[in-house]
Amino acid sequence: MTRAGWIRLALIVGALVLLEAACRYGFVSRDAVIPPSRMLEGSWRALAADETRADIWLTLQNVALSLILSLIAGTAAGLLLHKATRLRRALDPLLASYYAVPTFVFYPLFIVLFGLNRWPLIAIGFLFAVVAVIINTLDGLARIPRAFVRTAAVMRLTRTQYALHIILPAAAPWFFTGAKFAVAYSFIGVIAGEFVVSGAGIGHAIAFAYNSFDNRMMYGLIVLLFVLVGSVNTLLSLWERRLYARRAGR
Amino acid sequence: MPAAQDADPLVAAERAERRDMPPALDTVLLIVGLVALWQAGTLLLGREALPSPVATVGKLAGIMGDEDFPRHAWETARAFLTALVISLVAGLAIGLALGAHRLSGEVTEPILAALYSIPKITLYPIILLLFGLGISAKIAFGVIHGIIPVILFTMNAVRNIRVVYLRSARAMRLTLAQTAFTIVVPAALPEIVSGFRVGFALTLLGTLIGEMFASQRGIGYMLVRAMETGDTGTVMALALLLVVLATAASAALLALDRRLRRHALAS
Repeated sequence: MTRAGWIRLALIVGALVLLEAACRYGFVSRDAVIPPSRMLEGSWRALAADETRADIWLTLQNVALSLILSLIAGTAAGLLLHKATRLRRALDPLLASYYAVPTFVFYPLFIVLFGLNRWPLIAIGFLFAVVAVIINTLDGLARIPRAFVRTAAVMRLTRTQYALHIILPAAAPWFFTGAKFAVAYSFIGVIAGEFVVSGAGIGHAIAFAYNSFDNRMMYGLIVLLFVLVGSVNTLLSLWERRLYARRAGR
Repeated sequence: MPAAQDADPLVAAERAERRDMPPALDTVLLIVGLVALWQAGTLLLGREALPSPVATVGKLAGIMGDEDFPRHAWETARAFLTALVISLVAGLAIGLALGAHRLSGEVTEPILAALYSIPKITLYPIILLLFGLGISAKIAFGVIHGIIPVILFTMNAVRNIRVVYLRSARAMRLTLAQTAFTIVVPAALPEIVSGFRVGFALTLLGTLIGEMFASQRGIGYMLVRAMETGDTGTVMALALLLVVLATAASAALLALDRRLRRHALAS
């Protein structure tokens, strides 16, 4: 591990120890924050109970579905918009302000559309994730070096060859960035939806634990969720860094 | 340069191409197209599920004419502006410091990126326990959403400053403050403004989410109340208001962004 990595580890461990001490010696109200060791107990309890395991499993499935759908639709829309330059230009300010609107307010609309099942939640996750995929697809396509495009023309590549040998490798890092954000945003969208409106899933379980003053379970679930999303994100970031480094090295 | 991985996709698109503003005609055509799509959706789903554009505008006018509305709007505006100032000022200061000190940046960046990716809505019970019901909880919610992108963008902007500039600063024996204000900030300004745009959108989102849970007043509260009673007319009207406001602000910042970049290229 690098020096920065060790310092980071020490920083995180130090913060946890400090929090543990602050809670144990009463500097922080026990009603508000519980010691990290108790949080871990809560996580363990959550993993041991059948209902919370079912909640976690449900959330993971919904996130996966939202992720797959947003990757397919976002890439397709990005490819189309790349061709339609005028439309894309006009859409720019809208794409940039998109994330200011809390998408889950449309939940009632989705219930009418899909019925009372998992699909309204997936729709929220999808809406949250798809725009990130579109933006990154556009970005990747815009950054294909012009020399590559000219070379492809000189070599008279067919469309399929052009897509496979030029577009895909040249824009791969940006597609990957889009996918990384789609993972994070699918989680955020699905869990926000569960939190606000749904009757199942991790988000709902956290809200339920809060409402029944079960602080240990609430913190336990939050810790589980953060560890899960944080480690997925970190793994994807590391992989992504290697992709960009390889592209730059060429 | 792996800057894009640290940045938000929102701005990645702008960074890729320094485009000119869309012609006014295209913008009008786009709006007409979106309204037509919306109308088609209304015809497909029925007026109850998706109120028509005309009905929504009428509803919005009704809501805005209501005597309670200024109070709600002012509450949201106050919370949002406070959160925005905190996000931008603190985010800028932290970002400058982390960008200037390489090791601190390397240490904190993955932590910040991980924090950015977690669903912060689940922190609402903790924020409520710490801040109680009311405006401070909303502001805290806005800040935790908005500050991280501002820090990440500023940090990257400072790191990407050309070494020549910093060498010149040293050759001219500028003080730390002089270097910061005459070299670092002007050179990094376009990217900092990009960070402000993302920070703006997310602070608004955070403030609204905070209002939905931690408040009895404000636009977020009106939204959640309408959602719970199945009042789709009000939901659509308020969503329209937010989209219009956010897009207008975003377009203004985008225009500023472009001017700064042109300026940077020219000089």
